[in-house]
Amino acid sequence: MIEAEHLVKDYGAIRAVDDVSFHVRKGDILGFLGPNGAGKSTTMKMLTGFLSPNSGVARVGGYDVQKNPIAAKKLFGYLPENGPLYHEMTVSEFLRFIAEMRGIRARPDRIEKIGRVVEICHLDEVLNQTIDTLSKGYRQRVGMAQAVLHDPSCLIMDEPTEGLDPNQKKEVRKLIGSMSEEKAIILSTHILDEAEAMCNRIIIIARGRIIVDEKLEDLRRRHPRYNAVSLTLRGVETGPALEVLGRLEPVEKVLQEDGRLIVVPGKNKTVDELVLQTAREHNWQLAAMEKPPVPLEEVFWNLTQDN
Amino acid sequence: MQPVLTLFKREFCGYFRTPVAYVFLIVFVVASVGMMWFVGRFFDTNDAGLNRFFVFMPWIFLFLIPAVGMRLWAEEKKSGTWELLLTMPLSVTQAVFAKFLAGWAFVSVAIGLTFPLLLTVAYLGDPDWGPIFTGYFGGILMAGTYLSICSLTSSLTKNQVISFVLSISICLVLVLLGWSVFNDLLLSVNLPVWVVDGLSNFSFVTHFDSMMRGLVTVRDVVFFLTLSAFCLFLNVIALER
Repeated sequence: MIEAEHLVKDYGAIRAVDDVSFHVRKGDILGFLGPNGAGKSTTMKMLTGFLSPNSGVARVGGYDVQKNPIAAKKLFGYLPENGPLYHEMTVSEFLRFIAEMRGIRARPDRIEKIGRVVEICHLDEVLNQTIDTLSKGYRQRVGMAQAVLHDPSCLIMDEPTEGLDPNQKKEVRKLIGSMSEEKAIILSTHILDEAEAMCNRIIIIARGRIIVDEKLEDLRRRHPRYNAVSLTLRGVETGPALEVLGRLEPVEKVLQEDGRLIVVPGKNKTVDELVLQTAREHNWQLAAMEKPPVPLEEVFWNLTQDN
Repeated sequence: MQPVLTLFKREFCGYFRTPVAYVFLIVFVVASVGMMWFVGRFFDTNDAGLNRFFVFMPWIFLFLIPAVGMRLWAEEKKSGTWELLLTMPLSVTQAVFAKFLAGWAFVSVAIGLTFPLLLTVAYLGDPDWGPIFTGYFGGILMAGTYLSICSLTSSLTKNQVISFVLSISICLVLVLLGWSVFNDLLLSVNLPVWVVDGLSNFSFVTHFDSMMRGLVTVRDVVFFLTLSAFCLFLNVIALER
């Protein structure tokens, strides 16, 4: 639904986006991750046709956004960075304006569509307030309402949860999750938890280049301790245990950390059962055994540092 | 075409959502009438016409129209709403046109609000309506050209002050070139007459002058329209990214 093909954008001598290609399909919630200044926003602006690329093509629903901008723009909803809005308008005036711009003119249709977004974005309390009197959270929701008003098949959001408090973030995540099935969604963020909670596919971009484009689980797999098992033994010398575990075939290495043993399997291998079995065979008393969650931050850090 | 209408409506109503509109309308009407009465010495002319009103129009426009036009694009750029606007299903040309038309309509309302002058001259004497109507027509046309220049300068910057100063400077040149005092000055530095005449052809004043006397020529109308169209064309280019 949303395609980027070899997009390149230069700002003067600086190459902000360098040969970026990807394809967002229906059902995808693509998280666009990267350090600040990596080219996330620039890429999104090119996808929406707001910026024209120096070379390459952006397509939405098959329409080239540069050659056929109006047809393409009808198909997506866009939440720009910082959610710019016309502050002197009231929420209802603003939504009505957007509806009319989007070609929703018949009164019953308009009322129904506006009613729908007011409900899903919980805006009913502030409908008649001017936007400049609203809190950041409400403004972001108005921005969101504006983007989904015409029920677009593609949704492009630049940092949708930026500046929101944890409750509001949760609301926004829920909202995005609830729309994901029938849409192609791309959203940028620099907060990993965010991406982890919302997205099913991740692109990491650094210095204008895509360095990773894969499913969330594949990204976790890149962590050196993916699938590792941590055990705490009671009443056993850790030294010999470490040796025994280290001899097991699928184990790459065993580490000792704060009294725990961390068994790291080789690539694409699991050791959970084997570790349990070994513990039983040697009559070790297990005080605790767990699979520590893979911190995506570290994967992200490693990837963006290398580049 | 529908988005143009929608945007036009939003922009036009937008003027009245802020105090800017009311301040502008009051200042415009007071300034126009005040200039006519006190500087133009309307009663001393002993003429039931609006010549004294129209004479000051290019000068009043010089300061007030940039005040309306400076925000057209600069404000959108500053607040980032142009990103919202230009990703709606309408072309840049349509957006420029709609915003310009809304501003023009607003300025025309201001000009229209000087209608008590018509009642006054009608009451005081037996005015020649021809020059009055062509004067109003020319005034509105000229206001559009001023505004197109402001729209262009406004699209070049995020900063409304820069936009304001830039548009006043450009408009000032276009007024001065046709101002008799300035023309005499140019002649006095031994510029050939044809050069001075040529330069004054680019002035608002020169082309408005005949309209205010009751004469609408194709030449003058074409001047205002082409200059406006040219500025709006550059405006569209300035917004392409």
